[in-house]
Amino acid sequence: MKRKITIALAGNPNAGKTTAFNAITGARQHIANYPGVTVEKKYGMVHHRDFDIEVVDLPGTYSLTAYSLEEIVARNFIVDERPGLVVDIVDASNLDRNLYLAVQLKELGVPLLLALNMMDVAESRGIAIDVKALSEQFGLPVVPMVARSNRGIKELLDKVVEVAQEDPEWRMAPISYGMDIDRALDEISGIIEKSSVFDPKYPTRWRALKCLEGDSQITGLLKRDPALGKEIEARCETLYRHMMNTVEEEPEGVIADHRYGYITAITKQVVKRKIESRLNVSDKMDKVLTNRALGPALMIAILYGLYAFTFWASEVPISWFETFFDVLKEGVTSILPEGLLRSLIVSGVIDGVGGVLGFVPLIMLMFFCIALMEDSGYMARVAYMLDRVLRWFGLHGNSVMSLVISGGISGGCAVPGVMATRVLKDPKERITTLLVIPFMNCGAKLPVYAMLIAAFFAKDRARMMFLLTLLSWGFALFAAKLIRSTLLRGPKTPFVMELPPYRAPTLKGLLIHTWERTWEYIKKAGTIILAFSVVLWTMMTFPGLSPEKRAAFEQDRREARQAFLASPRVDGVIQGAAQLTALNRMYLTLRQEKDIQTAGAGEGHLARVAEAALHLEETEPGGEVLKPHEAVAIRYLEFRNRMNQIEGQEQQAALKGTIAGRMGQWLEIITSPLGFEYRTNIALVGGFAAKEVVVSTLGTAYSLGASDGEETGSISQRLQQDPDWNPLQAFTLIIFTMLYVPCIATVICIRRESSWRWALFSIGFNLMVAYGVSLVIRQGGMLLGLGD
Amino acid sequence: MKKLVLMREMLKNQEGTIKRVSATGEMGRRIREMGLVPNTHIQIQGRAPLKDPVAVKVRDFVLTLRNDEASRIYVEVDPSETAQDQGA
Ligand SMILES: Nc1nc2c(ncn2[C@@H]2O[C@H](COP(=O)(O)OP(=O)(O)O)[C@@H](O)[C@H]2O)c(=O)[nH]1
Ligand SMILES: [Mg+2]
Repeated sequence: MKRKITIALAGNPNAGKTTAFNAITGARQHIANYPGVTVEKKYGMVHHRDFDIEVVDLPGTYSLTAYSLEEIVARNFIVDERPGLVVDIVDASNLDRNLYLAVQLKELGVPLLLALNMMDVAESRGIAIDVKALSEQFGLPVVPMVARSNRGIKELLDKVVEVAQEDPEWRMAPISYGMDIDRALDEISGIIEKSSVFDPKYPTRWRALKCLEGDSQITGLLKRDPALGKEIEARCETLYRHMMNTVEEEPEGVIADHRYGYITAITKQVVKRKIESRLNVSDKMDKVLTNRALGPALMIAILYGLYAFTFWASEVPISWFETFFDVLKEGVTSILPEGLLRSLIVSGVIDGVGGVLGFVPLIMLMFFCIALMEDSGYMARVAYMLDRVLRWFGLHGNSVMSLVISGGISGGCAVPGVMATRVLKDPKERITTLLVIPFMNCGAKLPVYAMLIAAFFAKDRARMMFLLTLLSWGFALFAAKLIRSTLLRGPKTPFVMELPPYRAPTLKGLLIHTWERTWEYIKKAGTIILAFSVVLWTMMTFPGLSPEKRAAFEQDRREARQAFLASPRVDGVIQGAAQLTALNRMYLTLRQEKDIQTAGAGEGHLARVAEAALHLEETEPGGEVLKPHEAVAIRYLEFRNRMNQIEGQEQQAALKGTIAGRMGQWLEIITSPLGFEYRTNIALVGGFAAKEVVVSTLGTAYSLGASDGEETGSISQRLQQDPDWNPLQAFTLIIFTMLYVPCIATVICIRRESSWRWALFSIGFNLMVAYGVSLVIRQGGMLLGLGD
Repeated sequence: MKKLVLMREMLKNQEGTIKRVSATGEMGRRIREMGLVPNTHIQIQGRAPLKDPVAVKVRDFVLTLRNDEASRIYVEVDPSETAQDQGA
């Protein structure tokens, strides 16, 4: 006897499939993709009464046509994998529409069980369902349940095992569609059965039915026998003309009408309604939340609130992550000797992956908020309210969430934004959304803006940020319009969307949702992003300085050291290189500890100098006469400055010679009309890893000597003083940064949601837009005389 | 036979029964699979801030359609409601 069965959960979106899946399988579940497509496939195992039950979550669908990816995936799974049983999760409070899928599953003939979910909701709305009668009329086992509170799950599994023991056959249940269609079905079935393309996988009558419905997948299969294909086509054509002449309806429409007729005939008998209040709670909430005036205002408030919450709540955990990676870096730095390996691990691996993982708390909270909006039903309202606006730009109401998450209110992240495009069903609308998402002001661009604004627009900070937010929306929407009227032109897809009733989401459901998506992000950081980080590190490291050049810098250092040791008043106090090293160490320890008292530099003249240096660094030396060690300390600080300068120059020289540096120089040919010289170019190349790298790379490129000072502040000052830089130049770079390329993590995600081709296209497209817009700004600004 | 109106032209809270769906192809399929088939009772629930899409209550749930789609659905408006709404 068989002890294992595979069951597939089918059902309408929002019928509670995921909740049921979680209730059945607990934590034992895995996520994969259906082969070749980006539709998620979740499966899990449960053991019940000596049976191993494998549970597969099919995509949520309303129907089983070949018109959406989800439906094809669900259908192919059933037909190809032949699960022992399909459990159709049916929303009992919305029986008629949910049974439409059940009828189609019955027509397909797969062993079927109805799980009547949301019995609590049905009851509260005064809908009483006679389960036994439904089961008899429909000819199927029916189990009532409330997935959210685990009610009926055990009974469901009992029933599954019971069915499994009988090991049922496929049995197509024919429904009558009226004389004309039934006759055509019989004839087409006859043709199919005679022919070589007869395929026992599919019930014949079902294939005939699909032919009448004009199902592309099935007719495609039949066309492998051309003669047969023609014959069937001719038969369908005759029926079509006949139906149009008599009832003025397509056969397909008539078929749908009959299915609903069949359903209503049954539900009329088995569903009893107490006189219910005509507005349920959900309808009342909609009166406010989608109200014409109040709705949009509340929507902005809600989106903003979730947003503010995300940032507020993620601040502290993000700093933990940062600390963790800093400690890790310090650890590695102290263990490994200075050299390439250390640099690779610290700057390549830890900085690269850490930069991505550092965002995990933010991303997690963002996914949590998305899950909250989805599970509560509010997301659909947002799409409903904004559809009209977005449609004008060739997008869909559902695109708005992706845009908001990606930085519609400054500071989002494109990665969850890209993942949120999954709710978009139409491929053209989805790809367009994917392509314009990188224009939004994600959190990583903010440090770049902040640095440049601090340098050149310090007085207009708030106004600038607001302007940049508006600009990014403007660019995204108009780019969408452009794409949709050229590359991805196509008719608007029909917008027939359910507004599911508002429901209080369960914490468990939210957490599972959040974790699934976060984990996906983490896995990405651990694999592809790691590889890319290493590549980028290589580009910014190799080839290193030539030995001669390095020797020259070493010589500079030696001279500086000797000059310091030989300078008046120092020569008597600090003797020899060994003591200088000791002083350096003391000074750095003190500086790190900040608190001189507790750090206790110890005894001796070196300690006194170190302390004095630290004091002097913080307070300007007053008019009083300097004590001897203070005079030494002043010299010492000068010496440190000189050493930093040399280090900065060395780093700059090194960076200039690397692959990235050379690229930066070559790129000047292209970027000089934008006013970018090689240092900016290198920073932008580095920004491909993550936008915030632009700031630190500019710091290196302008030879700030990385070890000192708060980098953003000092690079701001540095650019302010640089004669090549002016507000126009800064603004051009801001806009270029806003538009130029998605970061690696985003590119990888875009690839996952579409294809490599689109991912690469998005890089090229963004670069082109960025270049064009920046060119106009820069050259226009110059013409207007803003360039000085 | 009573006069049919397009769903697009119906007023908020108006009720009626679908008599004909003239949409074909994918649009027709999407409309029908959601249960908007002849002899189904519906009520207009409201409209989005920019008057499009429209939200319709049908078979115990709320569906939104764009005006494009709502222009393909012919409805026989319930008599009492018509009077009431015209008065309003
Ligand atoms: N009241 C009630 N709510 C439920 C029940 N099952 C699921 N839900 C809620 O319905 C919403 C949609 O459920 P979900 O499992 O995500 O639906 P799916 O789209 O079919 O996967 C969630 O907010 C669930 O918490 C139930 O039996 N009773
Ligand atoms: Mg789900």
